[in-house]
Amino acid sequence: MAQSDNANPEVMTTSDGTPLKESLRRSMRRNRIKALLLVAPLGLFIFFSFVMPILTMMYRSITNPEIIDHLPRATAELRAWTPAESDLPPESFFRAISLDMLTADEEDRHIGRAGGQLNYEIPGARSMLGRTGRAVTSLDEPPDSWKDFILEQHRLWEDPATYQIMQRQMNPITAQYYLNALDFRYDAEGNIERQPEFQRIYVELYWRTLWVSALITGLTILLGFPVAYLLANLPMRISNLLMILVLLPFWTSLLVRTSSWIVILQSQGVLNDILVLLGVVADDNRPRMIYNMIGTVVGMTHILLPFMILPLYSVMKGIPPSYVRAARSLGANPVVAFFRVYLPQTVAGIGAGSILVFILSIGYYITPALIGGSSGQLISNFIAYHMQSSLNWSLAAALGGILLVAVLILYYFYNKLIGVDKMKLG
Amino acid sequence: MSDDAFVQFSEVQKSYDGETLVVKNLNLDIARGEFVTMLGPSGSGKTTCLMMLAGFEPATHGEIYIDGTAINKMAPHKRGIGMVFQNYALFPHMSVAENVAFPLQVRGYAKSDIEDRVNRALDMVRLRDFGSRRPAQLSGGQQQRVASARALVFEPKVVLMDEPLGALDKNLREEMQIEIKHLHEDIETTMVYVTHDQSEALTMSNRIAVFDDGVVQQLASPPELYERPVNAFVAYFIGENNRFYGTVKESDGDWCKVELEGDGNTVTALPVNIAGVGERTTLSLRPERVVVNPNEGQCDNVLEGVVRELIYLGDHIRTRAVVGDNEDFIVKIPNAQGHAQLEKGQSVRFGWAAEDCRALDA
Repeated sequence: MAQSDNANPEVMTTSDGTPLKESLRRSMRRNRIKALLLVAPLGLFIFFSFVMPILTMMYRSITNPEIIDHLPRATAELRAWTPAESDLPPESFFRAISLDMLTADEEDRHIGRAGGQLNYEIPGARSMLGRTGRAVTSLDEPPDSWKDFILEQHRLWEDPATYQIMQRQMNPITAQYYLNALDFRYDAEGNIERQPEFQRIYVELYWRTLWVSALITGLTILLGFPVAYLLANLPMRISNLLMILVLLPFWTSLLVRTSSWIVILQSQGVLNDILVLLGVVADDNRPRMIYNMIGTVVGMTHILLPFMILPLYSVMKGIPPSYVRAARSLGANPVVAFFRVYLPQTVAGIGAGSILVFILSIGYYITPALIGGSSGQLISNFIAYHMQSSLNWSLAAALGGILLVAVLILYYFYNKLIGVDKMKLG
Repeated sequence: MSDDAFVQFSEVQKSYDGETLVVKNLNLDIARGEFVTMLGPSGSGKTTCLMMLAGFEPATHGEIYIDGTAINKMAPHKRGIGMVFQNYALFPHMSVAENVAFPLQVRGYAKSDIEDRVNRALDMVRLRDFGSRRPAQLSGGQQQRVASARALVFEPKVVLMDEPLGALDKNLREEMQIEIKHLHEDIETTMVYVTHDQSEALTMSNRIAVFDDGVVQQLASPPELYERPVNAFVAYFIGENNRFYGTVKESDGDWCKVELEGDGNTVTALPVNIAGVGERTTLSLRPERVVVNPNEGQCDNVLEGVVRELIYLGDHIRTRAVVGDNEDFIVKIPNAQGHAQLEKGQSVRFGWAAEDCRALDA
C-alpha cells in the first residue's frame, strides 16, 4: 500500500509512506475526541433543555392530532364524505362516532380532548360531544338510526358547518394556530378571513411589543452611552466605583428591582409624593405612572440598561484617545470629531447592545406582568396566559414561533449590516 | 521673543499633580522650516511638551507662541498643527483617501479641491493606488506614510510627530527616517519630532533638544551634540562614551589637569562644564577616539589597561578593558587593514587627545 501511494505523485506521504492527510488525522484524533468529550455535557444539556423543547413546541404549533387520535373511526367515515353529497353525513358516520364513544375508555381515548379541540372553532362543541357521549354510553341497546338518535342530542349536530369544521380539524397539519396568532381564521367554508374586529388582539400586541422594544433600546442607548463613555475614560479608581454602581442592580434579584419601581412610581409612591411636595402636581391629580405602559418602559429600561452599557464599554475601552485627538489636531471641532470619528467606532458596541436589549425585550415577561397593568402587557404575557390559563398550548407555540422567526430575521439583518463576528459582549 | 522664532516655548512649566514639575521652565525657540527633535528617555517631559504644543494638555505656567501668536487658550483644532501619532491613529472606519481627506473636509474645502489635494498628498508618499483601501489592509510602513500624508495635506504651519516610527522594525525604521527627512526637505514646513531613539534624532534633525528631568539639557545640531556635549547626561545619552571620575587639580581656561579617582593618574582634558579647581568632574571620552598602543608623543594622555573582553562585530572589534578604576573602558578597533591584534589578558597602552576628553559636571 505504501508502495502504491509513493507511486502516485499527487498524494503527499510521510517518510514511511502513509498518506500525509491520514497521518495528520490520526495525530489530531486524540485532541478532537478530547475536545468533543469536553463539550459533550453542555451539548447534551442544550439539546435536551433547549433544542428539543423548541422543536416540540414548533411541532405542536402546526399539528392537530386530537380529532384523529380520539375519534379514529368517525374520522375515517368523515374523510369519505363530501359536503356536496348531502347536508349531513350518512348513517355510517354516526354509527362510527358512537362506536368511538363507546370504546373510548377501553382504548384509552378521551372524547373530551377532541371536544376541547373543536371548541376553539365551534363554541359549544365540547358540550355537544360530552352530552352525546353520555347519552350513547347509557343506551341499553343500539337505536334504529344512530343518526336520528345523535341529532336529537344537540342542536349543533344539525348544522352542516359542524362537519365541515370537523373535516378540516382532521387534517394532521394545520395553519390555524399561526392564522389565529396573526388575527386570521378559517371561515366555515375553509377560506382564510380576518378575525372579527373585537377578537383582533395579537397583531396589535406584536406591534406594541416591537415598538416598546425599540423604544427601550433607544432609551438604553441614550442613557447607557454616556455612562459607558465615562466607564471607559475615567481614571481606574473612579471608573471601578462606577462599574459597581452599574453592576450592583444587575446582581440584585429581578423581582426586587421590579417591585422597587412599584414603591417609587405608584400613586402614593415616592416620586408622586415628591412631585406633590414640590407643587408640580396637585395632590388629587397624581399622575398614573405604574400598571400601564409607563411602568413597563421604565422598569424594563432600568433592568436592561447593563446589557447596553457592558458591550458599549468593552468597545469604547478599545478605542485609544489618540483617534479623537488626531481628529482634533486635524481641524475637527469636538462635535465633528465625536460624530465622524468616535461614534462610528462604537457602532459594533451599539449594535451588540441593541440586539441584546431588543431581543431580550421582545420576549420579556416578568416586568410587564408585575408593573405593566393591562395596557403594558406584551406578547410574552399572552404566551404565558395560553400556556398557563387557557391551556391552548398550540396557540402559545404559534405565538412563540412567530416571535422566534422575528428574532432570527433581526439577527440575519444584524449580521448583514454589522457582522456577528464584530459583536463584543463585555 | 526673538525674531526668527516660529514656535516658541517661553518659561513653560507643567505639572499634573500639583506637586512635581514634569516640565521645568522650558525655553525653546524653533525657527521657521526647521526640523527640531525632542530627544530624551521616557518620563523626561518631551511628549508632554508636544501635547502642550498640540493643545491636548494645558501649560501650567508660561506661554507657547506659534508665529507670534500665543496659543495657550486656543482649541487644538484651531491651531493649524498637523500631527502624526505613535500608532498613527488612522481612522479604521475610513478608507485611506477618506482619512487623508478628513482635515480638508472639516475645513470646508471644495470637493474637487479635496480630491486634487488628496491625490497629490498620496502621490507624495507613493500611495496613489491605495486610496480605496482600509488602513488595516496596509503594512506598518504604508500606514505611517498615510499618517504623514494626512498630517501634511492641509499644509499646516507646524507638523508634530510623536515617535512615529516606534512600531516599525529596524530596517523599515531606517528607511522611513530618510523618507521623512526628504519629505521635510521638499515641503519646508516646521517639524517638531519626538523620539527616544538617538540615531533617529541624529539622522533627521536640524537641531536636537535633549530632554532630561523636565529640562532641555542641550539644544544643538547633531554633530555639535555628539562632539561637544555640555554635560554628563548628554554625553551619556548620545552615543557611547567612557567615563572617568576625578578632581580638577589645575585649570587655565583652555586645558585642565584632572587627577583620576582610584589610581591617582593625571590626565589633561578640555574643561567644558567644571565647577572649578578642587571640584569633582566627569571625564567623557568617545570609544572611537581611543588609540591603541600609540607612538611616543602621539597622544596627550596615555594610560595602561588590561584587555578583558573582545567582541567581534564585523566592522569593528569592541574591546572592553580595565583602565584604572574603570572596569568598562570600551575601545572600538576598526576592522581595517593592519588593525591592532589584541588578546584577552594583554596589557595595552591606551592613548587619546586632550580635546577628545571633555571634563563635564560631576
